[in-house]
Amino acid sequence: MNFTVPKFPLAKLIDNGLAWLTEQIAAVTHALSAGVGTAIDGLTASLLWLPPWVLIAIVVAIAWRTAGRKVGIWSAAGLLLLWNLRLWDATVATFTLVLISTFIAVAIGLPVGIAAALNQRVRKMVVPILDFMQTMPAFVYLIPAIPFFGLGVVSASVTTVIFATPPAIRLTILGITQVPEELVEAADAFGSSRWQKLFKVQLPMAVPTIMAGVNQTIMLALSMVVIAAMIGAGGLGGEVWRAIQRLQPGKGFEAGLAIVVLAMILDRITQRIGQRKY
Amino acid sequence: MATKIKLEKVTKIYGDRPQRGLRMLDEGKSNKELHEAGHPVGCVDVSFEVEEGELLVVMGLSGSGKSTLIRCFNLLNSITRGHLYVDGEDITQYGRKQLLDYRRRKVSMVFQHFALFPFRTVTDNAAYGLEMQGVSRDERRAKAREALELVGLKGWEDAYPGQLSGGMQQRVGLARALAVESDILLMDEAFSALDPLIRRDMQRELMQLQQKMRKTIIFITHDLDEALELGDRIVLMRDGRVVQTDTPEQILSNPANEYVRRFVEHVDLSRVLPASAAMVPPTAVVFERDGARTALHKMNEVDFTVGFVVKRDYTYCGTIGIDVVERAVRSRAQTMDGLYEETPPIRLDTPLADVIAMVATWPFAEAVVDEDTGKLLGIVTRTSVLTVLADNVNNQADDGTDEASGPAPATATSAAGDTEVAA
Repeated sequence: MNFTVPKFPLAKLIDNGLAWLTEQIAAVTHALSAGVGTAIDGLTASLLWLPPWVLIAIVVAIAWRTAGRKVGIWSAAGLLLLWNLRLWDATVATFTLVLISTFIAVAIGLPVGIAAALNQRVRKMVVPILDFMQTMPAFVYLIPAIPFFGLGVVSASVTTVIFATPPAIRLTILGITQVPEELVEAADAFGSSRWQKLFKVQLPMAVPTIMAGVNQTIMLALSMVVIAAMIGAGGLGGEVWRAIQRLQPGKGFEAGLAIVVLAMILDRITQRIGQRKY
Repeated sequence: MATKIKLEKVTKIYGDRPQRGLRMLDEGKSNKELHEAGHPVGCVDVSFEVEEGELLVVMGLSGSGKSTLIRCFNLLNSITRGHLYVDGEDITQYGRKQLLDYRRRKVSMVFQHFALFPFRTVTDNAAYGLEMQGVSRDERRAKAREALELVGLKGWEDAYPGQLSGGMQQRVGLARALAVESDILLMDEAFSALDPLIRRDMQRELMQLQQKMRKTIIFITHDLDEALELGDRIVLMRDGRVVQTDTPEQILSNPANEYVRRFVEHVDLSRVLPASAAMVPPTAVVFERDGARTALHKMNEVDFTVGFVVKRDYTYCGTIGIDVVERAVRSRAQTMDGLYEETPPIRLDTPLADVIAMVATWPFAEAVVDEDTGKLLGIVTRTSVLTVLADNVNNQADDGTDEASGPAPATATSAAGDTEVAA
């Protein structure tokens, strides 16, 4: 006798579900697509409108001011190299995508993190979802993004947001819950309302941790933006993807190097922003 | 003085279902049983009153419920059962808004580990309470600076707490509490995290401030010396219950039970007992108008080599040695005028420790004078000091024999001489 348990049609169910959902929320996704697309294209266009040396000077100035002379000099060297390698346009495109994705991720992550930190029940709901989001292979998000948003930067940005939001939420929760109990008591003892306590004590105390989360979000966004080249994100990821398909190790390395430079500059600057000055 | 705060059977039980804990408590279950059932006991049936302007010390070892109790005064801990009246209002009945207002204006708190906000300057820390009151930025900063000056932090207004030593940080904590001008000050082990020398300074300064401000202060400590130094009265707690409420002197000389006795046995009595404890009725009293012969007679009668010179109405003038009197007899002096020395007297509350040093050498006796009227109240002699010290030591040794005192602590309240020893 040969029993075969029929396969549970999970894949089919999900496909059907997504197909149904795609139709139902088409209006929303199209509007979102248009909005995010315009923002990304607009920002890229305006950054590219500036002569590269002006933008390099601005970035170097920011790096120098926030992270010191050494970081400033290395940023200048790295960016000039990218320019020379004819990777400037791709770098700006990637940078824009990272910037906007990070902005959306933090805009979602911060309030969700605060809600989860202050409310046990919300936290119990949010944390498993975060676990799911972070362990699901990033490529999987790419597939449904296409029917929802089509090929291109919007799909790339949406998958990036999904991938990069969890650390922003997690570290916001951590930052708020680790505020010393006595400080929270002090806020209460002097008659702070809930909001006063949040904005005058808990959030300021959590800033360094939250900024560490933002830093993580940026790093994850950058890595996802490269992967998202597979669904038409373009930019540096696109260069890498093309090099793979044409088997051009040299080209691939150039684009990879550009990603490293961009990552290091963003990392050094954002690491310093959250640090305490007192 | 009026009653400022009144606690009526205040009980706090922690855990998710405190009402179940209360039921267990009423069934006579022990603290340990409640703890194991998931209802840790904070404090139980605490009742006492606090006078306006009084500095009341709540003392106990860790786990005695004193920190729980102080958090009931501003409802950082909700009160599970019982009532807490402040100026006649039951704060346990307050709604959210009333509670915020009460915390903003009536009561302020100083924390054991300072609880300063590290991202705010010293001034902005001190101004925090005023900010909650809705005071404008300029006004609250001005007031905060005043408070900082009061605690001796002038010149540090723009520093951050991290740049300050522990003692200075706690001054900021104190300034923050003083700036709101609340009637009630809650001090939770406020000086316990400081090293002993700084701690003494802070205690002394608190006493000086208190002389001026006359706030109602609840001061928590586990340190008996601190309690004796600061407290107008002391509430001694154990296992969440009040064991004794009394003046420092009464706690020492009439411990309510074995627990209190053990608590106090290591205290240097002479530091705590005042001169009044060793005072005896005045002898060898010489009137200023007495002739030399009369004076000599009075001193010889009690075998004193010193006489205490007073005016007719017993206003203290000074002391006179027997050698001076003998010379005066030979020169037939008619009054003591101009012969006596204006030796400074001691006061009723001079610590015995200081008196011991004085009576150790001639003339072996000192006059005790009322601070306000300047009149001679009595004298302290070497013998009377030693007697009172010996008595107190013996008392303690006697009580120490009944080790088998039961767990139920007797509660003795005020009334001198009303000693209860738990059998």
